[in-house]
Amino acid sequence: MTTTTTTGTTKVYRVYIKATPQAIWDAITKPEWTRRYGYQGIAEYDLRPGGTYRALAIPEHQEAGMPEVPVEGEVIEVDPPVRLVQTWRATWLDEPATRLTYEIAERGEGVSSLTVTHELAGAPQTLAQVAGEIEGAGGGWAEVLSDLKSLLETGSPLYA
Amino acid sequence: MSDDDDLVFKALADPTRRALLDRLFVRDGQTLTELESELAMTRFGVMKHLRLLEDAGLVVTRRQGREKLHFLNPVPIRSIHDRWIDKYTEHHTATLLDLKAELERDDPKEKP
Repeated sequence: MTTTTTTGTTKVYRVYIKATPQAIWDAITKPEWTRRYGYQGIAEYDLRPGGTYRALAIPEHQEAGMPEVPVEGEVIEVDPPVRLVQTWRATWLDEPATRLTYEIAERGEGVSSLTVTHELAGAPQTLAQVAGEIEGAGGGWAEVLSDLKSLLETGSPLYA
Repeated sequence: MSDDDDLVFKALADPTRRALLDRLFVRDGQTLTELESELAMTRFGVMKHLRLLEDAGLVVTRRQGREKLHFLNPVPIRSIHDRWIDKYTEHHTATLLDLKAELERDDPKEKP
């Protein structure tokens, strides 16, 4: 890995999903999919290096106080359907952008792995958020990835 | 995915392996040398436990230069949690766990 990791501030999550790499890639990058699991944000990706990324909150969540664009970032590396690197900044926190890497690999017998590496140096509040450590603010990556697995394997998310 | 669940439960059914996960929870991304430093166990023993945790998906490793870093991966535990606890009951479960934690504190703020 060329990714620079710093002890304590990098989080690595992995989930094995009975799905093709393309299906997982679509679930990460296409709004009609991102709408259906996790925080249900609508992803807007301009999938080329330097392209913008925005997650839009659905109207129900905006009414509950979430900003219109809770997360924004810049695409750094695109290699569909196996690797996506981007920056990721929680807009409601006064913290620097973090670096996020999605890696998808075929593992045989119809199973693929999705590894999410989130480098969070200098962004302790963002880290607490994505690690699911803030009460009432969701379960972070573990919840999102467990929900994504459920959606792709059963056709319905955990919290329909 | 019941085979996967079996691996998770087996991996968790050992105090040394739980201790390793606890240490990664406190500080993620440690090397084998760091992890073994506080355990009364041979390097080989720790490696064996880490291998079982990795097979169960509870630990994910990354290479950084010549070092191999170990990260706690909570997703398999989350998936087991999600299987039996839905979003509605989660709130009640969390409340009961908070109550338990509060009642079991060594130094409660105020005794009832």
